[in-house]
Amino acid sequence: MKYLTEYRNADTARRLAAEIRRSATRPWAIMEVCGGQTHSIIRNGIDQLLGEDVEMIHGPGCPVCVTPLSVIDRAIEIAARPEVIFCSFGDMLRVPGSRENLFDVKGRGGDVRVVYSPLDAVRLAAENPDREVVFLAIGFETTAPANAMAIKLAASRGLANFSAIVSHVLVPPAIDAIMRSPGCRVDAFLAAGHVCSVMGTWQYPDLCRTHRVPIVITGFEPLDLLEGIRRAIAQLEAGRYEVENAYARVVTDEGNREAQAVLAEVFEPVDRAWRGIGTIPASGWQLAEAYAAFNAQRRFPAAGQPAEESPLCHSGEVLQGTLKPNECPAFGRECTPRTPLGATMVSSEGACAAYFHAGR
Amino acid sequence: MCLAIPGRIGEIYEDRGTRMGKVDFGGVVKEVCLAYLPEIEVGDYTIVHVGFAISRIDEESARQTLATFAELGLLEEELEELRATDETPP
Repeated sequence: MKYLTEYRNADTARRLAAEIRRSATRPWAIMEVCGGQTHSIIRNGIDQLLGEDVEMIHGPGCPVCVTPLSVIDRAIEIAARPEVIFCSFGDMLRVPGSRENLFDVKGRGGDVRVVYSPLDAVRLAAENPDREVVFLAIGFETTAPANAMAIKLAASRGLANFSAIVSHVLVPPAIDAIMRSPGCRVDAFLAAGHVCSVMGTWQYPDLCRTHRVPIVITGFEPLDLLEGIRRAIAQLEAGRYEVENAYARVVTDEGNREAQAVLAEVFEPVDRAWRGIGTIPASGWQLAEAYAAFNAQRRFPAAGQPAEESPLCHSGEVLQGTLKPNECPAFGRECTPRTPLGATMVSSEGACAAYFHAGR
Repeated sequence: MCLAIPGRIGEIYEDRGTRMGKVDFGGVVKEVCLAYLPEIEVGDYTIVHVGFAISRIDEESARQTLATFAELGLLEEELEELRATDETPP
């Protein structure tokens, strides 16, 4: 692991950090929504360069972490079926369900496979016509176009043995819910750059106006993050609350129109329960009725066991930014990446895992 | 999972009506779905997330991002994920 001191652009980074410290005249709290950004911030010690007036609050943007426990339990149940080849992104395998995880199913001989792309799952369905291939389709707006295309291709290729557990989550409704929550301390947001590369920036001006909060679309590299923070502080100090695009080399205002069209065809909005947070209206996508035949949760009957969280896990407070990971009593004790109590300690984007690996 | 890495389009072809291509990520070549970038051409740079090109970027930005990822140790992690999966088209 390398830190900012070894970084080629360390001088530029220090200059940006100095400008942030100089321009902040009172305490401000900035939430980075995306878990990828959380990891970059902690790994590179960016939060420790900002001076005492600027606090980074880590947001709920880790798709693995907020996937509801009931969905994990259903995934585990379906993955254990003998006729099923279960395909998932690697991050999901150690996420704790109520009683076990997908890795346990694999250890008992279940056919659980890690895929890099959802198209790998489509290929497996074509190659194994006598098996049921089930894909766990999670993620934010960045990942949704890939998952939507996989389902669309399975449909056009007549792969009746392919299905998906779809549990997508969306950034703008989460920002809205955070701003509406009692005790919200967030003064400005860094919006996730790659989400906006798909969806564009047009979803955000209303949120800025409604909540009088600056939103700066930001990338993932140390300089991107520092520039996003610098712009957020500049807005706060000037009393402005606008959408700013600090990641224009990747993000356009309109986003990716082709992807948005496929998303609108394959998915429809749904109220989604976020693990540790609760239900947020219209904060997710599920399969549209036209693609309901590919819904694994309809295809396979449910055992209906109740979902139970570990009583020691405080990941809900971590995901909402009200508790720092190392303030949790179980952090590094009962809960480590090898023995995780909550998904935030598992995922490469989870805030607890970020703190643990950085030795915080 | 949220990271997207830049690569250079080396080849473009159709697979049963879907626009696909070979993308070079600093020496590792991988098949990528190009359906969401109908205008992109051979030699252009794109960022790729879970096997899909989602945005076109200019060459200079791509090079800088790759250099930063390499310095921060992120490139190896991402390339490991790419290498871990096999090369045959869907």
